[in-house]
Amino acid sequence: MLTEPLFSIPASEGRETVTIIFDDQAVTAPAGISVAAALLVAGASDFRTSIVGHEPRAPYCMMGVCFECLVEIDGVPARQSCLVPVKDGMIVRRQQGAVSLPDSEIGDGR
Amino acid sequence: MNVETTDLAIIGAGPAGLAAACEARTLGLSVTVLDEQSAVGGQIYRNVVSAPRARSAILGPDYSAGAELVSAFASSGALHLDSAVVWNVATDGTIDYIREGRTRKLSGKYVLLASGAMERPFPIEGWTLPGVMGAGAAQILLKSAGALPREPVVLAGCGPLLYLLGWQYLRAGARIAALVDTTATSDYVRASRHLMGALRSWKELRKGLGLIAALRRSNIALYSGCSDLRAEGTCKVEALAFRQDGRSVRIPTSLLLVHQGVVPNTQLSWSVKAEHRWNKAQLCWEPVTDIWGRLGETALYVAGDSRSIVGAQASAVQGRLAALSIGNRLGVLPDITIRAAPYLESLKRYTAIRPFLDALYRPKDENRVPVSDKVVVCRCEEVTAGQIRRFVGLGCQGPNQTKAFGRCGMGPCQGRFCGLTVTETIARERQLEPADVGYYRIRPPIKPVLLGDFVE
Repeated sequence: MLTEPLFSIPASEGRETVTIIFDDQAVTAPAGISVAAALLVAGASDFRTSIVGHEPRAPYCMMGVCFECLVEIDGVPARQSCLVPVKDGMIVRRQQGAVSLPDSEIGDGR
Repeated sequence: MNVETTDLAIIGAGPAGLAAACEARTLGLSVTVLDEQSAVGGQIYRNVVSAPRARSAILGPDYSAGAELVSAFASSGALHLDSAVVWNVATDGTIDYIREGRTRKLSGKYVLLASGAMERPFPIEGWTLPGVMGAGAAQILLKSAGALPREPVVLAGCGPLLYLLGWQYLRAGARIAALVDTTATSDYVRASRHLMGALRSWKELRKGLGLIAALRRSNIALYSGCSDLRAEGTCKVEALAFRQDGRSVRIPTSLLLVHQGVVPNTQLSWSVKAEHRWNKAQLCWEPVTDIWGRLGETALYVAGDSRSIVGAQASAVQGRLAALSIGNRLGVLPDITIRAAPYLESLKRYTAIRPFLDALYRPKDENRVPVSDKVVVCRCEEVTAGQIRRFVGLGCQGPNQTKAFGRCGMGPCQGRFCGLTVTETIARERQLEPADVGYYRIRPPIKPVLLGDFVE
């Protein structure tokens, strides 16, 4: 769900944009910025829920040390979105609690 | 697996790493710099080359000054591996890292760890709520994306970066609802003893005073000597509550940026079992090195803020000194003293202000060791201060044991964000010094690695 963003990028910064999909919603972002920055500017109020208390969490450090900004990017869970630059067509999903592998990826899948 | 080799491998492309690379190249050494980000500069000079002019103007001259070092590095002939995530370093100079979805090996005759600093955690009630971020994090958003707060923002805590961000926001036209400063009169008294020494760094001192004067001249609400900080809200932050002069204040906001200084990012030096000591002035761990930054009898050196908080300029000088020492060991610089002398002099000048800053902006005890049992200390595994104190009551001796007692420090951040708080909380509870309590045992991989990254 997207709400009022905490941050915005002034129009004077205008440059090339890309479009990513966040939880089935299209999000436009300036090329070259991180996925975390793009989501904050788009109004993602939280990025994931915590693994124990299922509380909403969002980026804290923006430099790769706090691991609060973990999301699923193009099918790979628990990516540090502050370290991944946006790419056109990227599919990003919120992460709910602890990540578990789908049964089909464990053992022989039976 | 194919192993690349180099004379000097550098981890981190901030001031220390870039300056070390430039210096080593002048000695004819082959240099490879690995950095997690997509562009060099570290956090301090982040995006300095591609930031639009208007943004650089907002960020100020200290930021733009980084362009010189970045361009010297670009023409130095050093190899830069961007978006490279180092997950293991060995004391013989072997590095494992992931780049482009594959794990690779690099062997350096010497390795310089220049992984910089991180913001000190600010464990108060509500600090895990969305909308509470580090002031440094917000500054990264400004440097890397030009992003500014949409609604009036609250800045809280202490330290140069907090005032710098306030100043930058003023210049950018962003609205600041309040600056809630935890610095108290007693801090000024304590710091005054170091004022004479700090005068040797008079340029830095003058800059700092200029920032604070600009903030005072503006019409933003300034609160000083604040205590009992608490972020309020349910699903996101709604307000900052605190006490000042015996009265309670509550300032509604959707964005609370907190800061109480930076601490060395010691994950790599801990992972190689290097000796660390507790710095009582800076209240953090730092690796024990010789004057050039070498870790014991290993192939590893440390420079810059990952060795001890010294700031960007001193970090660059430390990088150069480490490179000279490495050149000396590799036989390309038989006499190190002449070349090192001016650097050692400038290092003294750049670091003269530190004791003053450390004393003035010493983070408050209550903001390092939570008073309330409810405060989350380990954000990943959601372990509270009360739980940690309970572990101690049950016989838990130090940070490592908190893992067994309640998974504290075992989440994806691998203790980066709770380690200092856990050490100090246990030390307080057991009435010992942090040095007696110790730290987590940090093991590789120090970054998450996918099994798929090992597949050729």
